Amino acid sequence: MTAAIEPQGRRPRRLTAGRIGVYMFLVTAALFFLLPLWIMVMTSLKPMEEIRLGNILSLPAAMTFDAWSKAWSSACTGLECNGISVGFWNSVRILIPSVILSIIAGAINGYALSFWRVKGANVLFGVLLLGAFIPYQVFLYPLVRIFSLTGIYNSLLCIVLVHVIFGLPTMTLLFRNYYAGLPIELFKAARIDGGGFWSIFLRVILPMSTPILVVATILQVTGIWNDFIFGLTFAGRENLPMTVQLNNIVHSTQGERAYNVDMAATMLAALVPLVIYFVSGRWFVRGIAAGAVKG
Amino acid sequence: MTAVSVRDVSVAFEAVRVFDGLSLDIEQGEFIVLLGPSGCGKSTLLNAVAGLLDVANGQIWIDGRNVTWEEPKDRGIAMVFQSYALYPRMSVRENMSFGLKMAKTPRAEIEKRVAKAADLLQITPLLDRRPDQLSGGQRQRVAIGRALVRDAAVFLFDEPLSNLDAKLRNELRVEIKRLHARLGKTTMIYVTHDQIEAMTLADRIVVMKEQKIQQIGSPDEIYRRPANLFVAGFVGSPQMNFIKGRLESTGEGLSFLAGDRHLPLSSYPFVTTPVPGQNVVLGVRPEHLEITGQGLWPGFKVDIVEPMGADTVIWCSDGTGSLQVRTTGSRRAAPGDNLTLHVDALQVSLFSAETGDRL
Repeated sequence: MTAAIEPQGRRPRRLTAGRIGVYMFLVTAALFFLLPLWIMVMTSLKPMEEIRLGNILSLPAAMTFDAWSKAWSSACTGLECNGISVGFWNSVRILIPSVILSIIAGAINGYALSFWRVKGANVLFGVLLLGAFIPYQVFLYPLVRIFSLTGIYNSLLCIVLVHVIFGLPTMTLLFRNYYAGLPIELFKAARIDGGGFWSIFLRVILPMSTPILVVATILQVTGIWNDFIFGLTFAGRENLPMTVQLNNIVHSTQGERAYNVDMAATMLAALVPLVIYFVSGRWFVRGIAAGAVKG
Repeated sequence: MTAVSVRDVSVAFEAVRVFDGLSLDIEQGEFIVLLGPSGCGKSTLLNAVAGLLDVANGQIWIDGRNVTWEEPKDRGIAMVFQSYALYPRMSVRENMSFGLKMAKTPRAEIEKRVAKAADLLQITPLLDRRPDQLSGGQRQRVAIGRALVRDAAVFLFDEPLSNLDAKLRNELRVEIKRLHARLGKTTMIYVTHDQIEAMTLADRIVVMKEQKIQQIGSPDEIYRRPANLFVAGFVGSPQMNFIKGRLESTGEGLSFLAGDRHLPLSSYPFVTTPVPGQNVVLGVRPEHLEITGQGLWPGFKVDIVEPMGADTVIWCSDGTGSLQVRTTGSRRAAPGDNLTLHVDALQVSLFSAETGDRL
């Protein structure tokens, strides 16, 4: 056995003034962003008497979930008093077909644009990208007119269609960039093996798309769930999504404002994106990086 | 019989012509190597034969059929790629049977062919693994196996060994050659920039540069009688020595003259009629420069000695230019030693200084 050779010289110090400063900044920033959440949760768990005292940062003395259950099932959204649960299920009904259809459309678009030398592919892609950068508001009135003429305005089909159309540019961009990173030789090998447009897509490309499918799902679920203006404009009274219902709850109070109910309803509306972010954080970051850096 | 015939083919990307009017006939069972530096169009030509690129003009015939507008799968070809291009989510077995499944081959037939190919390439124990569980050499074996099960008349290889390390490259090279011999009637077109692969594998080498065919010939022909300066310089390592000079008429016929050195060319097999006074470039392979006691060219000094085991490369110069001499591995030399060189006019190549073509 030989003696281990020790590194020589002074060890670099673990804790320096600069390091402490950085941590202090990070902790402060974290507190700053966590504070609203804290206030919301605490307020939603307090009865109104306690809220009137004004200590918005304090823990609830008599914790109660009344506000949550009221927000869910009996808060008034205008004339009806069925809580935000109606909006929740509306949002789910809008969300599921919109997410699935827009991802399918985006994946097929991206696949066709990056692997098949479609004539005018670059022009098409440019036009699609342009679509991603034009403010949505510009399209609202023409779309309302178009849907009115075709007779599907104010329906579930209408709002789903709108989400699919507006999801197309981002989804196409996302998938195209991901597929551009796959080796073209794989596609060539599949061509020689006799694969056609659909069989190569379904049997070779799609099985390799898991990461980008996860990312696309995250983006679309959060995006569509948080949508307000399309839901308000196109969904119709029967299908108003949760975000619109939330707005109605907050703005249709008579007399004293029920802060605890408002807070609970807001938390409920934010729950889906929150869960998505927490569950998929790693994937989310990875996908954003993949989509942004390559291309 | 002609297996593959490329007739006056042009390929264009968008508006840019990649190559124009290229023609090439390949016999059945032949091993053809397309050799050239990157960007010379060799892979483009291969892709055009495979049907992965549309030709702008001309025709491609395989096995007596005009396949110019046929899908890659219908051309009777199989292809092996540099990056292996194995389907990552499929097992080795699924990778190899994918093409047959697409062609709706009966299951028993698929299994028979996969088993046969796997046996031939010694990858039977790997059949149930996924590509990411294989080494580079195993992956390329699987890729060759996937091509093999197609029972194609023509095999296309696109730099199949370039991603492998030197030792594996040698092993697989020999294996590909053995495979070609065993398959008998299968035509192979092999793209590479590696001259050793080209020399060892090919029946005929097609040397390409800047989208044009420079020379077609057997490895021996390409090596001994290069058609122009590019071929002469590209093939052979260490590189051929080039000496600028001119032709002179002397009493004993034509001679090559460079400074005060000369080389009588009475035995040189000219392919064109030489013009006395013409500016030429003399090409001599390093192994054709002989170190002798008394030779034609005295007065060289050893510059650098590179022992390579089997042989030694000596760089020497006479003040005006530097030459590489390849000699036996046992020869010792030290920088500064004096050398006298001898050249045999039968072993050299003469090129026109103007056009670069062989004289």
